[in-house]
Amino acid sequence: MSHDANPHGTAGTKGAVRRFFTNNLVTLVFLFIGIAGLRVSGLALPFFIVDIVDRVARNGFLVLALIIPVLAGLGLNFAIVLGAMAGQATIIFMTHWGIGGIWGILLCMAISFPIALALGVLTGRLLNKARGKEMITTLILGFFANGIYQLVFLILVGTLIPMKNETLVLSSGVGIRTTIDLTDGLKFGLDDLLRIPLPLFAILCGAAVLGSFPVRSVLRKRALAAREKTPLRDGVLALTGLFLAGWGIKNLVVESMYSFIRVPAGTFLVLGALCLFILFFTRTKLGQDMRTVGQDRHVAEVSGIDTDRIRITAMVMSTVLAAWGQIIFLQNLGTFSTYGSHEQVGMFAIAALLIGGASVAKATIGQAVVGLFLFHTMFIVSPLAGRALFGDAQLGEYFRSFVAYGIIGLSLALHSWKKHMQQKQGAGG
Amino acid sequence: MSQTEEFVLRMKGISKEYYGTKVLKGIDLEIRPGEVHGIVGENGAGKSTLMNILFGMTVIHSTGGYQGEIEIAGAKADIKSPFDAMKLGIGMVHQEFMLIPGYTITENIKLNRETTKDNPVSRVFGPKLKTLDMASMGRDARKALDHLEMGIDEWARVAGLPVGHMQFIEIAREIDKSNIKLLVFDEPTAVLAESEADNLLAAVRKLSASGIAILFITHRLHEIMAVCDGITVLRDGSLVAHKRREETTIEELARLMVGRSIGDMIRNPAKSLPDRNALEIRNLRVQMPGEAAKGVDLDVKDGEILGIGGLAGQGKIGIANGILGLYPAEGEVRFHGEPLPLNSTREALKRGLAFLSEDRRGVGLLLDMSVEMNIAATAVEIQGKFLRRFGPFSQIDGKAVRAHALETIKALDIRCTGPLQPVRRLSGGNQQKVCIAKALVLGPRLLFVSEPTRGIDIGAKRLVLETLVDLKERLGMTIVITSSELAELRSVCDRIAIVHDGRIAGILNPDDDDAEFGLMMAGDYGKR
Amino acid sequence: MENANATPFARALRGIGAGLRSFGAPRIIIIVFLVSLWITSTLLKIPFPAVLSDSLVRLGMNAVLTLAMLPSILSGTSLYFGLPLGIICGLLGGVMSIELDLRGFEAFFGAVAMSLPLAVLVGWGYGWLLNRVKGSEMTVGTYIGFGFVSLMSFGWVTLPFHHPEMAWAIGKGIRVTISLEGRFSGVLNNLWSFDILGVRVPTGALAFSALCCLLVWLFFRSRSGLAMKSAGMSPKFAEASGINVNRMRIRGTILSTVLGAVGILVYSQGFGFLQLYQAPMYMGFIAAASILIGGATLKTGRISHVIIGTFLFHSILVVALPVANTVSQLGSLAEISRSVVSNGIILYALAQKGGAE
Repeated sequence: MSHDANPHGTAGTKGAVRRFFTNNLVTLVFLFIGIAGLRVSGLALPFFIVDIVDRVARNGFLVLALIIPVLAGLGLNFAIVLGAMAGQATIIFMTHWGIGGIWGILLCMAISFPIALALGVLTGRLLNKARGKEMITTLILGFFANGIYQLVFLILVGTLIPMKNETLVLSSGVGIRTTIDLTDGLKFGLDDLLRIPLPLFAILCGAAVLGSFPVRSVLRKRALAAREKTPLRDGVLALTGLFLAGWGIKNLVVESMYSFIRVPAGTFLVLGALCLFILFFTRTKLGQDMRTVGQDRHVAEVSGIDTDRIRITAMVMSTVLAAWGQIIFLQNLGTFSTYGSHEQVGMFAIAALLIGGASVAKATIGQAVVGLFLFHTMFIVSPLAGRALFGDAQLGEYFRSFVAYGIIGLSLALHSWKKHMQQKQGAGG
Repeated sequence: MSQTEEFVLRMKGISKEYYGTKVLKGIDLEIRPGEVHGIVGENGAGKSTLMNILFGMTVIHSTGGYQGEIEIAGAKADIKSPFDAMKLGIGMVHQEFMLIPGYTITENIKLNRETTKDNPVSRVFGPKLKTLDMASMGRDARKALDHLEMGIDEWARVAGLPVGHMQFIEIAREIDKSNIKLLVFDEPTAVLAESEADNLLAAVRKLSASGIAILFITHRLHEIMAVCDGITVLRDGSLVAHKRREETTIEELARLMVGRSIGDMIRNPAKSLPDRNALEIRNLRVQMPGEAAKGVDLDVKDGEILGIGGLAGQGKIGIANGILGLYPAEGEVRFHGEPLPLNSTREALKRGLAFLSEDRRGVGLLLDMSVEMNIAATAVEIQGKFLRRFGPFSQIDGKAVRAHALETIKALDIRCTGPLQPVRRLSGGNQQKVCIAKALVLGPRLLFVSEPTRGIDIGAKRLVLETLVDLKERLGMTIVITSSELAELRSVCDRIAIVHDGRIAGILNPDDDDAEFGLMMAGDYGKR
Repeated sequence: MENANATPFARALRGIGAGLRSFGAPRIIIIVFLVSLWITSTLLKIPFPAVLSDSLVRLGMNAVLTLAMLPSILSGTSLYFGLPLGIICGLLGGVMSIELDLRGFEAFFGAVAMSLPLAVLVGWGYGWLLNRVKGSEMTVGTYIGFGFVSLMSFGWVTLPFHHPEMAWAIGKGIRVTISLEGRFSGVLNNLWSFDILGVRVPTGALAFSALCCLLVWLFFRSRSGLAMKSAGMSPKFAEASGINVNRMRIRGTILSTVLGAVGILVYSQGFGFLQLYQAPMYMGFIAAASILIGGATLKTGRISHVIIGTFLFHSILVVALPVANTVSQLGSLAEISRSVVSNGIILYALAQKGGAE
């Protein structure tokens, strides 16, 4: 699943193709499932595109929040649920105070920051105690925090925490309602900042993809680690870029129905900024320290890096990003279930990242983006495909959750199996 | 070199105690700039403790510090942590590589010493967010590699490089530190092939020529003779001798290193051994990491105590572990004439072999189980002892287990509060006795014992060894003792086989000359 | 030891302190919590005998499920978060027994008998997988469990069960909750049950649980039980004693899966319904929390931990519900406190030293 360096430099194209397939098996399988599901569901392409663009905008930030803990060797952070709760809690306050729009969003982010920071520090400390058991601990921590969250908003609000708000609080006067409507508040606060027609957006994306080539070659010349050639990946990327740009230009010139689709470009700008930040971050001293700790904690410690601190920092960053991610998620959705929206955040984000080809030990922005598209394609089409195939939409939903759980279980199992085999080989050799 | 030239490092009267046991007794050491100084000694002679003191490791300071003085470049130094050592210009090339395989050579050389430059974000949020200056890091790495005449690409990944190169990257990292004055090599050639080792020695000479002082710790005496100017010999925590290379020989070093410090011998009345072989080992290869046997041929006579000695890492531990099936083994082993199937612990135990592991707490015992169950567990599994049967079902016969445990506790004088005490709470010596009891229940014909006295205090050591001699005398048991402590082997064994580089280097009598033992252990027996 | 001339009184105090420490802070907190809940409940005029009756019923219903954790812990695969696998095997047995139109004891033991081969098979496969993911058993197990639940949701819709008591009136598949009325509802709970001082004792269920505990206890005193325990405590020791560690881990997993299957049937007869689809998902955490409260760790456990833990954990739920209802009319409080307590106790166990995943 990882893009291992090819030590021999030049293998034939055949070898490159085969490596591409074995390295990206999971991703390719889901690409196939997505395309097949799309055909079977009979969903019209424009509807699909509207939906998928929206979902990617909505979920992107949360998936990207997972990358940093992977970098620091903490594995998949199921505890981004905590960050999501921090974000959601601030949204409840915002709604209570009646602050909306972009300023509401910004204020929301500012307020959620210290909460997420505190939660991140606590999570990091806990993980330093539960070394070697990080993932199961973040998983259980997510469940635990969910209980606390419910306790606060279902029981304490109206009893210990005074709150008078008819639209928010249940009629009994205790507890927040199970769904909260953000229509008059934060809804589209960020999305509506800048909306552009889909074809234009496609052109911009295409330009960004194509533009990344010269930038990357400059970076490479500056002697970054990689000297590996990835012709196939580069080819796929270039084709995608060209296709996007071409499709955009065509639809812009020939007035089509796609021009009426308005993409929330503001949100995508924020996503792009986060990607750039992560790229920048991996090239800083702190980022390098994090990678070192992730690669080998013992070596890091011997060379004088405070590994405990680095791990806590990674958790804090992830938790804060998750809080902001949840805010972006909810402003796009416009209405949310107080006690349900955050629950599966961790799982869906992790499944998306894994489908993109990431593993417990390695995750990149590219994998996050690809995974987002594939996972949410499956998300959109599976109930429809379930109805088309079995005459029951519910079956499609079961399939969907089976895939989400299954992919996580399978991926974790494969990773630990691989590690096990490597250890065995290491011991034998 | 004149006498007045200042010393890079001067250690005066260094002593260290661990929990009342003196492990270093007044060691002096002086090294001049550009000198290559060798330190030799058996395992446990105190070399690593001395280095831990030099590097200010926490093990030293958490156990009450040390006595004596250290001077670096003429100034008194108080080294509290590895950081202090680094600041004073002391570097270490580790035995196990401190490298990150996924990183490039440059990144490894500059690990946690990366060159950085400012960017707008770091100006606001602090130096931790400075960007890495890869180009300048690469230049530094190139310079360090060139210094060692390594033509290798500084942007290559470390993963997949040959072991020899990895070692050189570690050295490059140390000399890249601008203030490096003293470089410690801890068993640097242990993992290298011969040609790689030669390269390393050449590099050591080159480094010393550039004025860096070098402390060279190794077991290989011919390497010492090849590169060192001065040599310090340690034995049992004491300084035995300082020598100049010109005024000594390999034989002398070997003799100094081994010495004779057996004290009062445990009487193992020599008897004429029968010519029957209890165990015949032919071309035994064992894949035990760090202790691989690479083709052992050895006969064990019926009723003898055979010692297997040798330095750590040479493969002596692998022999017993391989025969008992704990690590993958190949070759031919005959036990009382019958071929013994390898890689099956069960078969080995069933046929009357038993094993006291060197890893007493990990392999030998179930720490949280009672004394009585520890004694009985293996016999229950292998021989179905201590069981009451009900058709296809079985139940452990608690009474029988208890009775046997009480008997054994008395016979072996195991100090415990009773048969129900968890063995974790017993002292090392008593834990070892439980291990012996566990082996004896099986009624073995041949007993392998690895490092029987490691981590046991002196009084108990004697008891354990006496018990072994007693087993041979009373029960006629054949015993094979593997130990790093030569003195211990010489006090109880009938014959001693020395292992070097995974093979038997030779078999000696306990009262043979010290130099013979020293040379054989160092692998220089034939090289005189 | 370090202070030989301490007064006997001081020494006794220190002894008590050490005793309490070894008893474990979380268990003390839980017991204090439980007792204070009991006191509150009597103050609120909730009849104590009724509360105690409920506690006993819950103990009988849940003990076998908690017991399913034990072989797993002792054979070295840590907490058995794959419990949904065993539960689903049990549920399949239950569904098949209804499909075959069995009633009463016949239905219950028929369900057990039919679920056993399934559980053995599933347990074997799961054990095989766990041997390949040593060190990540809990994480992998959790998601394998979740995945299996979703897969079986698929199965409940598509498998050929047609009995009218189970099928939806319209549409495919069987219902989410299936009543056991007239099948094997209460067959154990009502067996030999009697009242004493207003407390109703579900003798049959308790006896059946006790029997299961006894069998497991006896097993761990047999030759292969001892081998399994050795393999779990120290794989290295076990190998040096000629024990096949992987085989022991598989056997432990099979045993846990079988107990999970039997456990859910005992639970269901007490509850009166079979709960299908997503219901088994989080049951593993409840059982894990129960045995941990009882005093087990990720690596060690005893039968007594199972019984004490199940009683403590479920008693809290039983008494918390009416107390919470009286205090705040909020039904969800009990559910929430269950989640907080159970996950909190698992977190506490994870944050302890050792037992690296």
